[in-house]
Amino acid sequence: MDMPDTTTAADPSHSGILDGDYDDAADYYNPGEPLVDTKAPDGPVADRWQNRKFEARLVNPANRRKLSIIIVGTGLAGASAAATLGEAGYNVKSFCYQDSPRRAHSIAAQGGINAAKNYKEDGDSVHRLFYDTVKGGDYRSRESNVYRLAEVSTNIIDQCVAQGVPFAREYGGLLDNRSFGGVQVSRTFYARGQTGQQLLIGAYQALERQIAAGTVSMFTRHEMLELITIEGKARGIIARDMVTGEIQTHLADVVVLASGGYGNVFYLSTNAMGCNVTAAWRAHRKGAYMANPCYTQIHPTCIPVSGSHQSKLTLMSESLRNDGRIWVPKNQADCEKDPREIAEEDRDYYLERIYPSFGNLVPRDIASRAAKNVCDEGRGVGPEVEGVRRGVYLDFGDAIERLGRDAVANKYGNLFDMYARITGEDPYAVPMRIYPAVHYVMGGLWVDYDLQSTIPGLFVTGEANFSDHGANRLGASALMQGLADGYFVLPHTIRDYLADGPFETIAEDHPAVVEARTSVEERIQHFLTVSGTRSVDSYHRELGNIMWEYCGMERSEDGLKKAIDLIRTLRDDFYRNVKVLGSAESLNQSLEKAGRVADFIELGELMCIDALNRRESCGGHFRAESQTEDGEALRHDDEFAYVSAWEWTGLDERPVLHKEDLTYTAIEMKQRSYK
Amino acid sequence: MNLTLKIWRQSGPTSDGAMHTYQLADVSPDMSFLEMLDVLNEQLNEKGEEPIAFDSDCREGICGQCGLMINGDAHGPEVTTTCQLHMRSFTDGETITIEPWRSDAFPVLRDLVVDRGAFDRIIQAGGFVSVNTGSAPEAHSVPVPKDDADRAFNVATCIGCGACVAACPNGSASLFMGAKVTHLGLLPQGQPERDERVVNMVAQHDHEGFGGCTNIGACTAACPKEIPLDVISQLNKDLRTAIKHGH
Repeated sequence: MDMPDTTTAADPSHSGILDGDYDDAADYYNPGEPLVDTKAPDGPVADRWQNRKFEARLVNPANRRKLSIIIVGTGLAGASAAATLGEAGYNVKSFCYQDSPRRAHSIAAQGGINAAKNYKEDGDSVHRLFYDTVKGGDYRSRESNVYRLAEVSTNIIDQCVAQGVPFAREYGGLLDNRSFGGVQVSRTFYARGQTGQQLLIGAYQALERQIAAGTVSMFTRHEMLELITIEGKARGIIARDMVTGEIQTHLADVVVLASGGYGNVFYLSTNAMGCNVTAAWRAHRKGAYMANPCYTQIHPTCIPVSGSHQSKLTLMSESLRNDGRIWVPKNQADCEKDPREIAEEDRDYYLERIYPSFGNLVPRDIASRAAKNVCDEGRGVGPEVEGVRRGVYLDFGDAIERLGRDAVANKYGNLFDMYARITGEDPYAVPMRIYPAVHYVMGGLWVDYDLQSTIPGLFVTGEANFSDHGANRLGASALMQGLADGYFVLPHTIRDYLADGPFETIAEDHPAVVEARTSVEERIQHFLTVSGTRSVDSYHRELGNIMWEYCGMERSEDGLKKAIDLIRTLRDDFYRNVKVLGSAESLNQSLEKAGRVADFIELGELMCIDALNRRESCGGHFRAESQTEDGEALRHDDEFAYVSAWEWTGLDERPVLHKEDLTYTAIEMKQRSYK
Repeated sequence: MNLTLKIWRQSGPTSDGAMHTYQLADVSPDMSFLEMLDVLNEQLNEKGEEPIAFDSDCREGICGQCGLMINGDAHGPEVTTTCQLHMRSFTDGETITIEPWRSDAFPVLRDLVVDRGAFDRIIQAGGFVSVNTGSAPEAHSVPVPKDDADRAFNVATCIGCGACVAACPNGSASLFMGAKVTHLGLLPQGQPERDERVVNMVAQHDHEGFGGCTNIGACTAACPKEIPLDVISQLNKDLRTAIKHGH
C-alpha cells in the first residue's frame, strides 16, 4: 500500500468550521481515483430513463431461457425482480435464508408507499416527488436515479392493484391516500398499518406463480456465503443449505443482490433477527465498492430496551408525535418516580423548549438526538439497563383530556395495544416510554444508473444498494424503491448486460470456483474449531454498543477513532475466542450467526472510517463538529457533495476512497431549517 | 421468576426426538418468550451443550416465521404470535412444555424448527392473480367497493405461520387456504381465475397430507391474526361453484 496523500484527504483549511489540528481520516484510508457513473444518461432529467430503456439492448425471447440469473433475497426488491425476470423467460434461481420467501423483512414496513399519482389533485407530480426525495436525502443522492424512481412510482401502484393488493379505499371504491412524513401532498398509498406485508405478499405470489411455471427455482433456508468472480465478472455464488449444512456452488451469467440493509450491525435495531450484511460484504471483499456506509436512519419512536435480554426493537408509527408530548423529569431524583406523580412544573418538555415552533414534530434525527442527550444527562426514565435509563415519556394525557379517550383510541388504538402487549403498561393511564432505534440504512453497495456494481455482472437492488435516498430516506419511500428496482428498473437494465450472451460455460472445478468454495469451508471450520469461551451473541452485542455509542446519532472525530480501535480489538478477540458448538453438517444457528457477526465487525470499522471522513452533518449523519450555533446539522456542499465509494484492499489494509461527484441540474441545493 | 422448561429436542429430520427438562432462573416478566429461550441458549452454550434451534425473524408479529406449541397451545396462551408473547403471561414456578408445530405436513427439521414448504406449494397451485409486470391497467380503472376491499384486507392479514394447522385435531390447512381464496375472491382482479384457484389449491392441500375440515374452530381460536372461521365456508362455497362449472 502507498502512503496516503494527505492533501487530498482532509485539508482542514478548506472546512472553515473546525479548530485545531487534526489528521482525521487520512490515517485510515488511501485516496483513489474519482468514480464516474458511465451509464448515467445525458439530457433533461425527465428524458433520461426513457432514453436509457431505449438504448439498453434487447435479448431475443428465444435466447432468454439459456441465460441464467441468481437473485439473493426475496424482499420487495428480490421477489419482484425474480418474478419479473421469470415472466420474461430467463432462467432464474432465487435464494432466501428464511423458510419461505414471504417472510423477508419488507413485510414489517407499516406506513405506506409513495407514488406520484396525484389522485388528490393537490399539486403532486413526478417532479415534486423527485424534488421532495432529493431534498429529503439532504442533496446526497443521485439526481438521475431519484427522478427515475419518482417516474416509475405510478406503475408500481397499477401493478400491485392488479395483483390483488388490498390497499385502503374510499367509499366510491377508489384508492385512498394520506400525507406522510411531513410532506404537503397526499401521495402515500397504504393498507392499514401493514402496507409492507400486503405488497410483499403480492410480490411473493407473483414469484410463487413463476416457481410453479418452472422459470424460477427457489432455494429457501439457503444463505449466500461467497461471490464467485471469474475474470473480474460475477459468475455465481457459494451458498450453504442451512438445514443439511451442504456447501453448494451455484453458477450463473449474472448475480443480483437484493439482500437488504445492515442495520443489525448495531445489534439492536428494528430489523429482523436474520437481517445481515454477509451477501453484500462478501461482494465488497471481491471488489464491489461500498458507498456511504455511515448513512444510517434512526427512528425516534421505538419501544425502549427493557433489559440486557433485549433481542430487537419495535418501531411505533411516528404519527404518535402529532398528539403526544415528549418530556423527561427536570430533576434526576424524579426519574424513578411514577410519572403521574411528577408535578407539571417538574417536567421538561424539552423539544417544545428547544424548538418552540416545531416542538414535538421536529424531524426524526433532531428528535432522536435530543432524546439521547437528555438520557446521557441522567434524566432518562424506565428500567436501568447497564447503568443508564434510556427512555423518554411520550404523554397522551393532554390529548386524552382535549379529545377524549375514544378519539385517541380511534387514531392510535392499534399502536397503544402493541405498546401494552410489549411493555405490560397501559398507555391510556401511564405515559408511554420511547427511545430512538436504528431503522434503515441509506448506504449500501455502489451501483451505476443500471444498478450494476463495480463488479461487472453483479447488480444490487433495494436497501442493499445506496442509490436513491442520499443521506436520509423519506417515509414511505423504501417500499417504493424496492419495487421500482425489482419490477421496473432492473429488468430493463440487466438485459443490456445479458445481451452480450451467451456467456462462456464455467465448470465447477474452475480454480476460482474451487477457491471460493474452499474459503467458505475453511471459514466454517475455523468457527467450529476455535473452542473459545464467548458466545457469538456476546460479541454482536458488544459491537452494537460500540456502534451505537460512537457511530450512532452523533459522531465525533475522537469517538470514531476510539470506535475503530475498539472494533479492531474486538475482531481479534472474536477470531481467537468465539465459542460455536455443533457441527457444520446440520442446522446450526450459532454457526450461521458467527459468519454474519464476523462480517458485521468488518463493516462496522468501515462505517466508522466513512463517518470520520465525512466532516459534515447531512441527513442521518451528524458530526458533532459540524453544527450551527443552534445545534442544527451543517452541510458542506463545497467539500462533501460526493458519494464516498470504498474499495476493499484487504484485512488490516487501508480501504481506498473513490469519490463520485454529485451534480444537480434540475434542483438547487438548499440548507434546511426547523426554527 | 424461576421456570421448569420441558422442550422437544431432535437432532435432525430423521432422528428420534425426546422431551428434555431445563431449569431457568431469574426470568424477567418483561422478556418475550423467545428472549427467554435466547437466555436459556446462552446458558446452554456456556455449559457446552448445543443451543436449542427455533425459528424467528421479525420478532414483531408479522413475518410468520416463529411458532411453538406452548403448553399444548399454538403460540401459547394469548392471541398473538410466539414472538409477541411475554413472560408476564406465566407465573413463578411454572412448568412450561414447548414443542414444535404438530402436523405430518410440517416435518420437524431440528428441535423446534419445522418445514412449512407445503404452504408455499399451496400458493403455487393458485394463490395469485396472473398479471405479468407492466401489463397492469391504470389502478383507478376498476373501482372496488370499500366493504369488499376492507374485508379482503382483513383476511389478507394471514401471516402463513401455520398455527391453524398445528391447532387443528385434523391437521387441516383450510383456514390458511380459505383466507387466500376469500381475499382474492372478493376483488374484481381475482375473478378470472377464481374457479381454477380453489380447485387447484384444495388438490395441493390434500396432496400435501393436510387433513379435512370438520368445523371444530380450533384454527381460528389459535390464529394470531384472528382470521374468521367463515373463510372456510367461503372456500367450500367457491369449491362447490367451481365443481358446478365443470371443474
